[in-house]
Amino acid sequence: MDAALLSGVGLVTGSQEIRDLVAAVPDPELPWVTIAELGVLRGLRIAGEQAVVEITPTWSGCPAMDAITDSIRTVLREAGFGADHIKVHTRYSPAWTTDDITEEGREKLRQAGIAPPRKPAPKPGGATRCPLCDSPGVRQVSEFGATPCKALMVCNDCLEPFDRFKEL
Amino acid sequence: MTFRSVSPVSQEPDEYRHTLFHYVLAHADDNLILAQRLSGWISRAPDLEEDIAMANVALDLLGRARMLLDYAGRLEERNRSEDDLAMFRSEREFTNLLLVEQPNGDFAHTMVRQFLFDSYQTGLWERLCDSADAMLSGIAGKAIKEARYHLRHSRTWLLRLGRGTEESHRRTQGAVDGLWRFTAEMFETTENDREVAKAGVGVDPATLGAGWERCVRETLAEAGLEIPVDRFARSGGRSGFHTEHLGLILAEMQWMQRSYPGLDW
Repeated sequence: MDAALLSGVGLVTGSQEIRDLVAAVPDPELPWVTIAELGVLRGLRIAGEQAVVEITPTWSGCPAMDAITDSIRTVLREAGFGADHIKVHTRYSPAWTTDDITEEGREKLRQAGIAPPRKPAPKPGGATRCPLCDSPGVRQVSEFGATPCKALMVCNDCLEPFDRFKEL
Repeated sequence: MTFRSVSPVSQEPDEYRHTLFHYVLAHADDNLILAQRLSGWISRAPDLEEDIAMANVALDLLGRARMLLDYAGRLEERNRSEDDLAMFRSEREFTNLLLVEQPNGDFAHTMVRQFLFDSYQTGLWERLCDSADAMLSGIAGKAIKEARYHLRHSRTWLLRLGRGTEESHRRTQGAVDGLWRFTAEMFETTENDREVAKAGVGVDPATLGAGWERCVRETLAEAGLEIPVDRFARSGGRSGFHTEHLGLILAEMQWMQRSYPGLDW
């Protein structure tokens, strides 16, 4: 592995077009949100024929990371990179936090009926509001939901159950 | 499954790497075996929410095990992958705590085991966040945030069961009595632990005991549960001497890879 290629965190522009392609890779469980909006994409560097991508896992138990790695490789293969010239690395530190989700990502979650995580994690301020009727009168049914990142909620006003993205 | 990381493996002398390998592996095994145990509840939990909760906790533990196994594999010369380490080691080579291999029993039994383990893990990962090893502190930084969710979950259940009906209290107290003998092992210091702690990389388990006991005493008292007077203790897991249950777990967990080595889907 070429250490020089990996130094620094953050997107490094090699080619804007390729950068956009990788940034647009969707999360397999929340396909309307991209890995850039989720804060999973930590870095991208193009050097000649080499593409090095850095991602960070969300919850340890999230199987989506394998699918995301595969999708990144596919996108880069389609952009003309040889299989041997694509490296997808996982970086643990600094640990991913829900504060890394962009404003655009939060809005997309809300529109999909998922209450976005409050900021700042882990001691967030403000109340969770129902993503459907915007009522602050909500209650938690279970702190664990359909994916590791979500909790099960229900709205006391519109009575609809909904998911809440847990602060991490 | 490949989960490659960018942090470089430290260029320490071979002997130290070997020690660190065993240290990392022991913690990987704790998480792997408990993940396997908890998975046994899937589709059998008392209600749907709890089924999902236990599956989620199991997944987090499995994810943690994978990060640690992957790191362990890169610390040794043999180039074993996380799958090799999980599927092709035998009982004597596993160094998990005896606590995590104990059978699920009833729901109270599973929750008491989980609470005893979660309160230990919270203390451990908190300390490992300051590890001099970048890889371990990176994993700890992730693990601690999840471990707090897990502890809140198992602690809530302990209070609910302990202060619930006469039946739930009886079963929960029975679980505490039955599992207490496996708790002292969490705080036994092995030769490996001492070495790794001296390097500022690992945590000497003995230094975690007091904080754990405070947390556990507080919760048990609040739940109306008692700590057994009998202080008989079992250990041996960290040296590969297990209760009869581990062999059966491995038989089920490893069967597919042992029958069809390298099988993938």
